[in-house]
Amino acid sequence: MFGTEIQLYEIYMVAGMALVTFGIRYILFPISGRFTFPELFERGLRYVPPVVLTAIIVPSVLMPNGGALNLKLNNPYLIGALAACVIGGVFKNLLLTIVMSMVVFLGAQWVFAMG
Amino acid sequence: MSKPDTSSPGECSPLSLFFEGAKDTFPLVVGAIPFGIIFGTLAGTAGLSFGATMGMSMFVFAGSSQFVAMSLLASGTVWPMIVLTTFVVNLRHMLYSATMIPFYKTLNPLWKMVLAFGLTDETFAVAVSRYNQKDGVQGKHYYNLGSMVFMYLNWNLCTFIGLTAGKAFPEISRWGLDFAMPATFIGIVIPYLISKPMWASVITAGIVSIIAGGLPHKLGLMVAALAGVMVGVVCEKVFPGKEERI
Repeated sequence: MFGTEIQLYEIYMVAGMALVTFGIRYILFPISGRFTFPELFERGLRYVPPVVLTAIIVPSVLMPNGGALNLKLNNPYLIGALAACVIGGVFKNLLLTIVMSMVVFLGAQWVFAMG
Repeated sequence: MSKPDTSSPGECSPLSLFFEGAKDTFPLVVGAIPFGIIFGTLAGTAGLSFGATMGMSMFVFAGSSQFVAMSLLASGTVWPMIVLTTFVVNLRHMLYSATMIPFYKTLNPLWKMVLAFGLTDETFAVAVSRYNQKDGVQGKHYYNLGSMVFMYLNWNLCTFIGLTAGKAFPEISRWGLDFAMPATFIGIVIPYLISKPMWASVITAGIVSIIAGGLPHKLGLMVAALAGVMVGVVCEKVFPGKEERI
């Protein structure tokens, strides 16, 4: 019904991916009782959420689809990201930021496609 | 992200915390919808079977690594290499679990396993800010669970929709809906930007992510994250002052 049947190598692949991903997310919990983190390390952890997300955002906006660095304003990803920063900074509302910047991005993409 | 709690400490029921977690995750779920649909749509074209595609969303549950795996598969990469790349792409989640250790400390192993399985970028961001609210509410793991369950059901439903209905709109992957991910993440990052060390760490991570973007297996992400964290910690020494909110 959906074309191809699942292949043996796919089962190995999905099982391997599931194991390493769960391992990464879980391993520290059972072993954490055996040591304490240095105070500096714990302070550093507070930077983790914004820093990791920024390191995902910036390349996906400035090098869309794995391409070359595009800092020009004809890059709809850059326009959309700037819109998200402004809307997020002004209204501090997550849903509004996501939806409105998507609209700006799609609008910019449509305009640039027209030439 | 979540409203200040008005009830007295410890009074939230598990169920109300569960739904509060789901509710606070709603914007991130909206942001993940196009991402999941595109994954399901592209998986077919990449030569991934229905079972393997659903299996990834059900058992791996890590969006960006699923996309990387799919594109590697399409370019003929062997599966052990894909598993290795998954390891590198998801290494950042170890930083997430390190952050969660104090919050999960009193939970039993089953709870730890379940919550660790669902430690995605989105649920981590929502849950960690709830855990950090010093309101004395007990049982915030139910809030964490609510966020995780909502993300999980949505991710799998969207993968399924992409796999099935996506066949009718094969060009959907070229609409640029992948912008939903950076849009969501920008919305998460902005509330953190309230101190000089935080600004410095985020700007550093952004610049390094571009410079190190050429490293293989997405290693640039880890390099950029570590650089950002180090700059943040150093800047705390340079600009001593108010305590970080997070």
